[in-house]
Amino acid sequence: MRLSGRCLRCVRGGREVFSGLDVTAESGHAVAITGPNGAGKTSLLRLLAGLLVMAGGSIGLEGGDPELTLPEQAHYLGHRDALKPALTVSENLSFWRDFLGGGKSGESDALAAVGLGHAAHLPAAYLSAGQRRRLSIARLLAVKRPVWLLDEPTSALDVTGQAAFAAIMTGHLAGGGIILAATHTPLGIAVQELRIGGTG
Amino acid sequence: MTALTALVRRDVRVALRVGGGALIGVLFFLTVVVLMPFAVGPDLALLKKLGPAILWLGALLASLLTLDRLFTADHDDGSLDLIVMSRTPLELACAAKALAHWLAVGLPLVAAAPILGLLLNLDAVATGAVALTLFAGTPALTFTGMIGGALAVVLRRGGLLLSVLVLPLSIPVLIFGVAASNAAVSGPSPFGTPFSILCALSLASLVIGPFAAASSLRHGLD
Amino acid sequence: MTLIDLANPSRFLTLAGRILPWLVAITALVLAIGLYKSAVAPDDYQQGATVKIMFIHVPNAWLSMFVWGVMSIAALGTLVWRHPLADVAAKTAAPIGAAFTFLALLTGSLWGRPMWGTYWEWDARLTSVLILFLMYLGLMALWRAVEDPSRAARAAAVLTLVGSVNIPIIKFSVDWWNTLHQPASVIRMGGSTLDRAFLIPLVVMAIGFTLLFLTLHIAAMRNEILRRRVRTLQMLQASKSAA
Repeated sequence: MRLSGRCLRCVRGGREVFSGLDVTAESGHAVAITGPNGAGKTSLLRLLAGLLVMAGGSIGLEGGDPELTLPEQAHYLGHRDALKPALTVSENLSFWRDFLGGGKSGESDALAAVGLGHAAHLPAAYLSAGQRRRLSIARLLAVKRPVWLLDEPTSALDVTGQAAFAAIMTGHLAGGGIILAATHTPLGIAVQELRIGGTG
Repeated sequence: MTALTALVRRDVRVALRVGGGALIGVLFFLTVVVLMPFAVGPDLALLKKLGPAILWLGALLASLLTLDRLFTADHDDGSLDLIVMSRTPLELACAAKALAHWLAVGLPLVAAAPILGLLLNLDAVATGAVALTLFAGTPALTFTGMIGGALAVVLRRGGLLLSVLVLPLSIPVLIFGVAASNAAVSGPSPFGTPFSILCALSLASLVIGPFAAASSLRHGLD
Repeated sequence: MTLIDLANPSRFLTLAGRILPWLVAITALVLAIGLYKSAVAPDDYQQGATVKIMFIHVPNAWLSMFVWGVMSIAALGTLVWRHPLADVAAKTAAPIGAAFTFLALLTGSLWGRPMWGTYWEWDARLTSVLILFLMYLGLMALWRAVEDPSRAARAAAVLTLVGSVNIPIIKFSVDWWNTLHQPASVIRMGGSTLDRAFLIPLVVMAIGFTLLFLTLHIAAMRNEILRRRVRTLQMLQASKSAA
């Protein structure tokens, strides 16, 4: 499987964020998107996720499901965690599993993998920032999608959490998945670097 | 469980658990009804005549004033991004959210109407008519008003502007809802005509609302 | 020069600059003829000379609906065909449409005074026009509420189309409501059949006001394109000074 974007151009609020950008990512490989703030790392991810309109260029996914678009085969982990504080940890995860079409059994395994198995019946409001991030990561495990678009995935995680997430990412890549991650810090796995915004 | 059922279930759960749940809409409805005698006087005959109109106006306001949170809540916590990226068509997801809103807000209003009818000196026939027209008409209010909810995401604010945009679109529902209620009470005109038009408006809005909301949301997600 | 070329804002500006003086002249001429014909038309046996307000009221009422139609086509241009000038056309048409609607209300009210004895009656037609006026104002507020015109464009386009579906429904509902509450027959404004002596001035005035809309709309579109260029230049300057 190969994700490729050619000559991508992004305009937000009347301002051109970037243009003529090329990006390639293949099965089993991770791309780290780096650059100064405001350079367009989040914009690039949102463009690939179909959340921003492309002002120019083309995006293609070879080897994926031809019936589905790229966003329908991708996970997006943004700055916000998509959790409802009023629902329990388990209810939050099972909702996304049901809505995004994951398997029946994925939920408890996913919670265990991120270390939240003991908190399944707690309201999400009681979670710390790091635990919330881990619950969002559990969503990536509960529903299988080949492409992961991650925006600062380790931002709220402590050292243990970051190491655990590196293991999760390694597992995804080993299964033939693709990862594109915007990040300021090293991810702990082998990456190709894509730098946006010059030397800043 | 299918995706849409899961969405309806989640939204109803959140609505019932947060901020007073279903009862806050009913409480607002009650407050509006209570205000009326202070404005028009406690003359029971007058209140009886105005009763269906007062109940309809209260239900209209209670429905519309809660619609600005319909999509902004999901936009604020990042859920809307994921809903757009899912394999469920956005129009159906919008319809599911509107259905959940009606179940959590509209239906309790219908249930509360008979009790509030007592305060306005309405007899059994009038109360039944109002409740029935509200049951048929509140879906129209929700599904017409959801365009306002979608615009709240684009505008990044709710408030009075949304009400100004959505209220003119709700006027036909109000006209036929009150007319049907009054026709059941005083006649000469038959109840059937305005009631069937009311049902037609609800059915039409079930289609138009989700398409309009999805269209607004699709590229307002910056 | 094809219609596609017109899509280019610069070409539109040049074309607009060339045809506007002619449009202004033709509009003034047609309106002058119309006003003259209205003045010399005979008085109505029932309403006297006040019936002549009709020659302004009816074209304005017709135009208030026509402009919403123009905005709806522009809305389709934004949503379906992504025509670059569509949102400029939509944004500039709204205030002009609102003005025509307001004039229709004002002249309707003045016309009604001798007949009803009050300045306002919840007559079916006037009420529908009042609701339409409200919708125009809401749309104008929507354009102003969003800073970035291209974001506002999509929201306004959807609302315009939803509005155009609803306007016939609202009109039907208000007519129905009016007959329910006013079973007694009221003198109908404008009457059902028009004598030829009234028809010609009416048609001329209608054409004149339509030309007026066209003139004002093209001039407003030109202003809006220039305004957006200024905004782009200002933003470029801001980002340069920040770097």
